[in-house]
Amino acid sequence: MSDKTIDSIIEKYRGQPGSVIHALVEIQHENHWLPRDVIHRVADALEVPFAQVMQIASFYKAFSLTPKGRHEVHVCTGMTCHLRGAPKLQAKVEELTGLKDGETDADSRFTFETGACLGSCSIGPELIVDGKHYGRMTPEKVADVLKRYE
Amino acid sequence: MPKFQSAAELEKFRAEILSSRDPAKPCIAVCAGAACAGMDSAAVAAAFLAALDQQKLGDKLEVRTTGCHGYCEKGPNVVITPGDICYFEVQPTDVSEIIAAALKGEVVDRLVYKDPGTGAKAVHMSEVPFYKHQMRLLMGDNPKIDPMRIDDYLAVGGYAALVKALTEMTPDQVLDEVKKANLRGRGGGGFPAGSKWETTKKAPEKTKYVIVNGHEGESAAFMDRAMLTGNPHKILEGLIIGAYAIGAQKGFMYTRHDMPLLEKHVRNALLQAKEYGLLGENILGSGFAFECELHFDVGIFVSGESSALMRSIEGHAPEPRPKYIRTSVSGIWDKPSNLNNVETWANVPQIISKGAEWFTSIGSERSKGTKLISLSGNVVNSGIVEVPMGTPLRTLAFDIGGGVRDGKTLKAIHFGGAMGGSIPADLIDAPLDFDGMSKLGAPIGAGGLLLMDEDTDMVEVARYLLDFLVNESCGKCAPCREGMPQMLHILTNMTEGKGKAGDLERLEDLAEVTGAASLCALGKTSADPLKSMFRYFKPEYEARIVNVAGGSDAK
Repeated sequence: MSDKTIDSIIEKYRGQPGSVIHALVEIQHENHWLPRDVIHRVADALEVPFAQVMQIASFYKAFSLTPKGRHEVHVCTGMTCHLRGAPKLQAKVEELTGLKDGETDADSRFTFETGACLGSCSIGPELIVDGKHYGRMTPEKVADVLKRYE
Repeated sequence: MPKFQSAAELEKFRAEILSSRDPAKPCIAVCAGAACAGMDSAAVAAAFLAALDQQKLGDKLEVRTTGCHGYCEKGPNVVITPGDICYFEVQPTDVSEIIAAALKGEVVDRLVYKDPGTGAKAVHMSEVPFYKHQMRLLMGDNPKIDPMRIDDYLAVGGYAALVKALTEMTPDQVLDEVKKANLRGRGGGGFPAGSKWETTKKAPEKTKYVIVNGHEGESAAFMDRAMLTGNPHKILEGLIIGAYAIGAQKGFMYTRHDMPLLEKHVRNALLQAKEYGLLGENILGSGFAFECELHFDVGIFVSGESSALMRSIEGHAPEPRPKYIRTSVSGIWDKPSNLNNVETWANVPQIISKGAEWFTSIGSERSKGTKLISLSGNVVNSGIVEVPMGTPLRTLAFDIGGGVRDGKTLKAIHFGGAMGGSIPADLIDAPLDFDGMSKLGAPIGAGGLLLMDEDTDMVEVARYLLDFLVNESCGKCAPCREGMPQMLHILTNMTEGKGKAGDLERLEDLAEVTGAASLCALGKTSADPLKSMFRYFKPEYEARIVNVAGGSDAK
């Protein structure tokens, strides 16, 4: 994402200390992670101490302080997915990507994360890549899905 | 866009909408709920719209993308009105056949419900087993509404309760009606909403807030999202009525950041309500003014806790605070803040429209109305179910849910997510009731009901739930931050065959202290699943210890 987009998000909330979370959410959505200098700019513009912005950015799971891969791979580990075989699905994804929960590979192809619960329990266990749901997944089908994302 | 200056203008507009619509004109409602969307119902809806365009059928047929219909297991769901003909697992290739049949008033036989046992078919919603045992007071409108169109909500009688409250009732009368209805909070506690409203109303501060808690962090609970995404105006109407009763000037909707469709629908609903004059200054000429803002949780379970949620709205990290003073007296920016769950707010319009007497005629003695249940786990028919309070769990699990998957037997029923509890299959005739279920050790919580089959390892379930909570704890208070990982450590050992003598006693100890000394409900109830396990499934836990001591191979 260009600096211009980030700046325009920050400008929207300039001088509004109550809007730290809103600003960070928008930047995270656009940029997929929060670089340190961006957090500094948010702190300056919204007139909030850097440490306080950092507290929020490091507290919430939706914010990432490290760059993400080109594709975000999620396995839902919610309770129904768990009962319906998510652990095996997760093991397969970890095997194929060589990544553990939260990691990104050296080529920045995939970031792998677990998370719960997305509310589509009826089609669990689920693999979600870049927001696209692959419902009723089996470990055997994982390789085929991941192949589509370079 | 009309901006209504009075109730009469709104009613006139409603009459115009209704007279412009032909109830005999076939309408195809395509579900875009979370599960159906996951099965690419968007492609089905697109195929319908393309066919409509191509065959120039715009005058003869309507296609509507709607919120969740309920029967998630069999998505993508399509319902044809008139007649409420239900088609399941619809693919884009089925579209032309469905259109042809709808125009002729016929039914596509191969897409209707077929009983897996007898093969008996059910065409209409009222005959499909999943639906016929339900009472869909809150969810029933979903297939009739395009959530992006406020006119659709007006067409099913939406905002009539607000009109009634503002024109025929004083704020005190509205409060009285909700108190008489004995509406209990649907988010987990079952606390009477009317009493909570009254506390905020009577708090001395002039500035007051009302909040919709649509955080829904409970794993395997997905009904609040379905309501907010599928019928956002119903919740907003409840909120405005509540604000009027309480005397609040501003509301907040707090919900998930990770559902793009939910965000789109709620944002749009707030804009439309403002355009129509249902939010803002002098609503419908009553003199009452109210605004509503949208806020998002950013991915942590504890921000659903009321005081943490309010910190988050203020723009801080969501750490709970001790509640010596309730948030209903001192909440957001230390102002009285009344928070209710999505489903609680959704109940308000019908209580005002139909009255407390009608509402209390539904349900059990102490739990009134219907309850939305997210039915999942090892069940045949998962989805969102709405039944009167007091309905036996057997009806939910078997008549509606169709029993356990893959022909297995039922071992346990789990309610209330990571802070709930599990009860054994032989308690299946217990009625769905706030107090009854709490006594059994499986409080309803938000309403996530899971069936667990014979293969379920109850030690592993407790470990899994605790693992979830350890990751979600905010870390502010020591009993929660330190106590839960200790319990998790012991349980993990037990699942790995390393359980040793004294483990169960230590677990009981830790459960007691964490429960007694934690700051908020997350820690306080973190050991509730474990307590229910010890009550009903202790031999399974003891076996993990004995096996190791005896040197045999524990799982």
